[in-house]
Amino acid sequence: MSLAEAHQLDNGGIKFLNEPIKADSETDVIYMMCPMHLLTLDDKVKEIRKGQVLSILTDYDGALEDIPEWCNKTGNEFLGIYEDTDHYKFFIKKVKES
Amino acid sequence: MKKIYMDHVATNPLHPEVLDAMMPYFKDNYGNPLSLYGPGFKAREAIENARESTASLINAKAKEIIFTASGAESNNFALKGIAYALQGKGKHIIVSKIEHHSVLNSARFLEKQGFVVTYLPVDNHGLVDPEAVKKAINSETILISIIHASPEIGTIQSLSEINKIAKEKGVLLHTDSVAAVGNIPVDVQALNVDLMTFAAHQFYGPKGAAALYVKEGTRIVPLIYGGIQEGGRRAGTENVPAIVGMGKAADITKRDLQKRIDHIRPLRDSIISSTLKINKVILTGHPEQRLPGHASFVVEYIEGEAMLLMLAAKGIYSASGSACSSKALKSSPVLISIGVPVHLAQGSVVFTLGEETTSEDITYFNETFPQVISRLREISPYSKGWEETEAPTCTAKK
Repeated sequence: MSLAEAHQLDNGGIKFLNEPIKADSETDVIYMMCPMHLLTLDDKVKEIRKGQVLSILTDYDGALEDIPEWCNKTGNEFLGIYEDTDHYKFFIKKVKES
Repeated sequence: MKKIYMDHVATNPLHPEVLDAMMPYFKDNYGNPLSLYGPGFKAREAIENARESTASLINAKAKEIIFTASGAESNNFALKGIAYALQGKGKHIIVSKIEHHSVLNSARFLEKQGFVVTYLPVDNHGLVDPEAVKKAINSETILISIIHASPEIGTIQSLSEINKIAKEKGVLLHTDSVAAVGNIPVDVQALNVDLMTFAAHQFYGPKGAAALYVKEGTRIVPLIYGGIQEGGRRAGTENVPAIVGMGKAADITKRDLQKRIDHIRPLRDSIISSTLKINKVILTGHPEQRLPGHASFVVEYIEGEAMLLMLAAKGIYSASGSACSSKALKSSPVLISIGVPVHLAQGSVVFTLGEETTSEDITYFNETFPQVISRLREISPYSKGWEETEAPTCTAKK
């Protein structure tokens, strides 16, 4: 079982995707540690419009908890995670203008 | 006695305008750039302004500049950071034999970690053959690192040709431009390199401030983890005064570079033509494709260290090659790589000029240097030539 799958069980089901979603904007923080995934997410979500989708690429395992939680706190929609060969792709839909 | 500084490739004096720009950040504006109040905001703003200026000097985007503490750190960061980031793709790296120790030793370190390194030879002028790069690339190659301009022999590489090959093969190119940036125009867009190292003290900025240019979209593993400084790519509270100084030095260099080149090139040419009139003196490096303020020689029958000491006694400060080689009393690997025999490599001497060098300084130098050589040859055990001793035969041509 992968770490991502273990988190899925722990959290009662993080939404994993079989295929990546088409995103309007993509940002890559692979090899960056905490809290760069959250700071970058915060910056990049500001750059897209309401209704658009952002994908963020990271290999930081802590993001499995942090990013869905960040979406809950900020009121953005967490669409799911696509597990690539050596990193995760998180998809976030901007729900309200910031 | 006159004091003439002819070792600008080692370092440069701080430009007075740079010192003025730095001073407030030692005194009143001491805030931590991450602090969420006035002094912190001021420090943050100063760093970001310096990043814009530093990027502008090499025609990069501000977000492509990572500030570091030295050229050596930037070189380590480039090699190790890219090697670790791309090890899933391949584990082969190509460097030239005339790289700075911070590249060569990083490559050797990576060899111990399981990477494979090809050390490319250079020709007698210190140029890497682009065809040799092409032949060295294989399916495992992830990075090529070629020095832009050699501080020891002044040769400027034909990077665009090498990069064309790298791009065709999908391999990243890093260049150590420490001796180039500030001495010749450098444009990362035109060169199309992926990573570039440069240091502030080479262009009248402070020591302790340098940068690694990383092209947007290039993944790199940080050397130093910790805080979120430099976008999480280089943790540690920023050296704000030094970074501000680097930005100011970059602004001044962008403004004055052509003037500096026009000033020092004829002075450098005067040194070369005058010195080559002395018997048994050889110019090292490329005769034309070289740094504008750089003159380097090997002088037969005497040692570089002796020349440096006697020149220093006459107020002329110069170098015998790389600082590392001089201290280790070791033949310079760069000179050996360009085909200078070991016994001749001991007679290496490097003169590098700066904006404060005057034509009077060069007149004094041109009078003094032949006297120094003449005096040292009188007392040299090899004064009658290598042929009279058991030293190896000299094969270098004047």
